[in-house]
Amino acid sequence: MPNSRQNIHTKERGAKQAKLHIMGRMQAYSAHHKVSLITSFRKLISRPIQTLLTTLVVAIALALPATMLIALKNVQTVGKNLNTQPKLSVYLNQKAKPNAIDAFIVELNLNATISRVTFKTADEALQAFKLTSGMGDALELLDENPLPPTIIVEPQAAAIDPVILDALASEIGASPLVDEVVFDMGWVRRLIDIMVLLETLVLALACMLGVGVLLAVGNTIRLEIESRRDEIVVTKLVGGTNAFVRRPLLYTGLLYGVFGALCASFIVLFALLALSGPVASLAASYQSSFTLNIFGLSDFISLVLLGAGLGLSGAWLAVGRELSNIEP
Amino acid sequence: MISFTQVSKRYPSGHEALSGLTFEMDSSEMLFLTGHSGAGKSTLLKLIMLMERASTGQVVVGGRNLNRMRQSQIAFHRRQIGVVFQNHQLLFDRTVFDNVALPLQVAGYHSREVGRRVRAALDKVGLLDKEKQNPIVLSGGEQQRVGIARAVVNKPALLLADEPTGNLDPILSDEIMHLFEQFNSVGVGVMIASHDVSLIKSMQKRVLTLANGSLIYDGVLPANA
Repeated sequence: MPNSRQNIHTKERGAKQAKLHIMGRMQAYSAHHKVSLITSFRKLISRPIQTLLTTLVVAIALALPATMLIALKNVQTVGKNLNTQPKLSVYLNQKAKPNAIDAFIVELNLNATISRVTFKTADEALQAFKLTSGMGDALELLDENPLPPTIIVEPQAAAIDPVILDALASEIGASPLVDEVVFDMGWVRRLIDIMVLLETLVLALACMLGVGVLLAVGNTIRLEIESRRDEIVVTKLVGGTNAFVRRPLLYTGLLYGVFGALCASFIVLFALLALSGPVASLAASYQSSFTLNIFGLSDFISLVLLGAGLGLSGAWLAVGRELSNIEP
Repeated sequence: MISFTQVSKRYPSGHEALSGLTFEMDSSEMLFLTGHSGAGKSTLLKLIMLMERASTGQVVVGGRNLNRMRQSQIAFHRRQIGVVFQNHQLLFDRTVFDNVALPLQVAGYHSREVGRRVRAALDKVGLLDKEKQNPIVLSGGEQQRVGIARAVVNKPALLLADEPTGNLDPILSDEIMHLFEQFNSVGVGVMIASHDVSLIKSMQKRVLTLANGSLIYDGVLPANA
């Protein structure tokens, strides 16, 4: 404190007391940050085994949820590409009269829960089936069209609640013209529900592993504090503030987090590269042009920031608890 | 400079290390603190350094009442005081230069200024040629002198020494005492805890003798041995 400095230095002495002006202090402050970072880095390199182990713990704890989240994101894109709007396919009786069908379509159009009604004659249904199924040649062998005339009913967005859909289906099914009502895309909805569930699980797992990173880094820093006890005591004795003592330890935690995140990025990258082959052949078997989305730059930056944040927090937790115990 | 008024220190164990101690020390004084081990010398030094706080009474150093000093101010208080330890408390993971530089780095000095001052301090204790060595390879007397260089590098107004010659032979002890006298002659207050009575007598300085935490003698010891 400037006050005590003046008080205690009232005496004129031969040696000139150099005044530390603010700029000098700021320079020294940033210089100590730089020195702390560099010495922390050197210390990590000087103990490669311990550094590698902690880094790998951090890396695995980050890579596991990151890989799962990216895989999930990919599956979600598949789900989104498919039309998620549920539809009802209403198969009409083959013998239904065209004017009865027209009347039925008008009736359906008036239904408030239905947004769109599309009618396909038996021939149109056959054409569409030939195009999408790839069984055109086999269908040529048939004497008559086995497909019924079909009405595709798209409910209002508000009506995609399963209960309302069921009610709508049974209402439509009650008509004597209708043979069968089939839900389309129900499985896509289920898939999306499962995805949401999985995402929650992965996030929960990520949180647990995040706590694991905090503890792993915290424990390593705690050991570091133990091994530097003498240094900390002497530093405090010659007037080092807690912040001064803390700084290199926090940088050590930060570096563990960043190293771990860099390793994790490699792990994720390799995992996705290894997955991309099988995924491509699977997609090809479904005549889909789907390709796996690879770990991007923004994912990489987020992962490194997350790692740095976790490492720093872990170090902070350990330092806060341990440092107050070490007093000269 | 230092003023103790009815200072007592009772440790949580119940042991009373100091009881009702009152004395004043002038800022340009050099004084010795003596007494058997356990008499309270170290506790007295710890109170000045704020390594401990007084149970009762007032400790004033450099015009500041230490009883009222907040935890966050302790580091800044310590920068005003140089301390020499019996076991010198050097760090063996760095060079002599870096050991001596620590108080300056802690206080936020620019690296150019650090280099200049560290070399001046090492020159003063005659170890300028050892700055790049690890203190572990130095002799006991040299290590103690590194400790002294570190204590004075920040040009403190007050220098405390706890048994600075405890492990040294008489010739080295004389050298160390001569160094302390030199610092005192340029206006640094010096307080040395020691039980080396013959050495203290030879110095002809003010002596405070403690016994069971109380002051039993205050004055210059007669020079006969």
